Amino acid sequence: MSKQTKLTVSASPHIVSPVTTSSIMFDVIIALLPACFGGVYFFGFRSAVLILCSVLFCVLAEAVYNKLTKKPQTVGDLSAVVTGILLALNVPVTLPIWMLAVGCLFAIIIVKQLFGGLGCNFVNPALAGRAFMLASWAGAMTTFVKPFADISLFFPAADTVSTATPLATLKLGSVEGLSIVSAFFGNTGGCIGETSALLILAGAAYLLIKKVISWRIPVCYLATFALLTFLFGKSQFDWNYTLLSLLTGGLLFGAFFMATDYTTTPSTPRGKLIFGIGCGILTFVIRRFGGYPEGVSYSILLMNVAAPLIEKATVPKVFGEVRAK
Amino acid sequence: MGFFKALKEGIFKNNPTFVQLLGMCSTLAVTTNVKDAIGMGLSATVVLTCSNAVISLVRKLIPSKIRIASYVVIIAGFVTVIDLLLQAYLPDLSASLGIFIPLIVVNCIILARAESFASKNTILPSIGDGLGIGLGFTLALLILGAIREILGSGSILGIPILPESVPAVMMILPPGGFIVLGLLIGLIHYIGEKRKEKKANV
Repeated sequence: MSKQTKLTVSASPHIVSPVTTSSIMFDVIIALLPACFGGVYFFGFRSAVLILCSVLFCVLAEAVYNKLTKKPQTVGDLSAVVTGILLALNVPVTLPIWMLAVGCLFAIIIVKQLFGGLGCNFVNPALAGRAFMLASWAGAMTTFVKPFADISLFFPAADTVSTATPLATLKLGSVEGLSIVSAFFGNTGGCIGETSALLILAGAAYLLIKKVISWRIPVCYLATFALLTFLFGKSQFDWNYTLLSLLTGGLLFGAFFMATDYTTTPSTPRGKLIFGIGCGILTFVIRRFGGYPEGVSYSILLMNVAAPLIEKATVPKVFGEVRAK
Repeated sequence: MGFFKALKEGIFKNNPTFVQLLGMCSTLAVTTNVKDAIGMGLSATVVLTCSNAVISLVRKLIPSKIRIASYVVIIAGFVTVIDLLLQAYLPDLSASLGIFIPLIVVNCIILARAESFASKNTILPSIGDGLGIGLGFTLALLILGAIREILGSGSILGIPILPESVPAVMMILPPGGFIVLGLLIGLIHYIGEKRKEKKANV
């Protein structure tokens, strides 16, 4: 806040914090960088192009929308940059760029700006954009290639040798041909940013240390999912299977970067625990019984919608307050 | 109120879909393509016009306590006629509209016009109102159906116009229906507000 000579009259608290929306978003961008570099390392130059295009489309969409509707320009808060990176990290490297552009428009214009911009969106824009693309172009969104495949920039579909993702194998209850080591380092098929558990955890550690995100949602999410998978998964009481289920797919990425969005998750501590557990249960149910191999995005979206209710139910007791019976 | 004024108000000012937000269930269900949308819209228009005419004719004979039941019987009669006619002459359309043709009986647009217009007006304005509201409904369905068919199936009236990989399948699924309908309602009200502002300034 700039030093003003005028007195400011506002509701408490009056403590001025150096934390701003853009500083938080900048931290998230830093935390996402390892996953970005991992994506470029494993899936080649085209991933970098996709990430940059996605950021560009998101920022442009927000800027143009604000210009057209004569709203204050909000691009500076960097939230559109974060949405762009998240969206690009959640698509396969072979996705045509124009599809990604439509997904960005959907995420920014329909999910975020039409509802009033950052802070008013009721679901996570990047996840909704991904869900939109998955429902619309299921084929293109689920064509995965092996890492280090040579993918041409403009006609990726022509030279695609698609590979089964670990999730598809796990769905059948088998761990054949899967190794925990390669799942941990990211040397496996999948979306650009979700394959390497190591790099995601590195980014997550940065966010946790900087206190940008709280441990509650990711830990509850992963613990609930792991417990359910261990007890009731396709391959029961199997440590190997449980660990592989945790490390593959978008679970870690979703738990640390998607399920921790401020706007669309509960702000109360107990609410966060409930939110995480709910995400874990839903993800397990979709992966175990659903038609899709992956359920992370849908479960977080569903819990996003429930977040206001959870928040209402878990309002912390104000000091000295006596609850009406 | 005369015939033409009722007709015009039905199409624009009282548009059942975009202004009154009535009959949403069939609106969302049948607008996955233009053909179904037109079929549904015109069927509803015929039922609405006929039931409005008959109800305004017999409005003084019906005791007010049982009026709703009587309206429903009259409407159901015309819906049965349309249903059988479609089955006989347009079996394809009848098959693709399925349950939504019999469901016109409980479409709240038709009951709403019977209750709020036909039961209070003479036959000519009632026919005008029925036609206007019906055409307004058809127009709304047509716009929705066209947008969803182009974006979702890449075709219009079944004729492909976009390359095969382009269409976003979600547009012909329920979420696409809700999103397009919401955007259209928003847009139409935005334009309406702008017009009002302009009038107020002049």
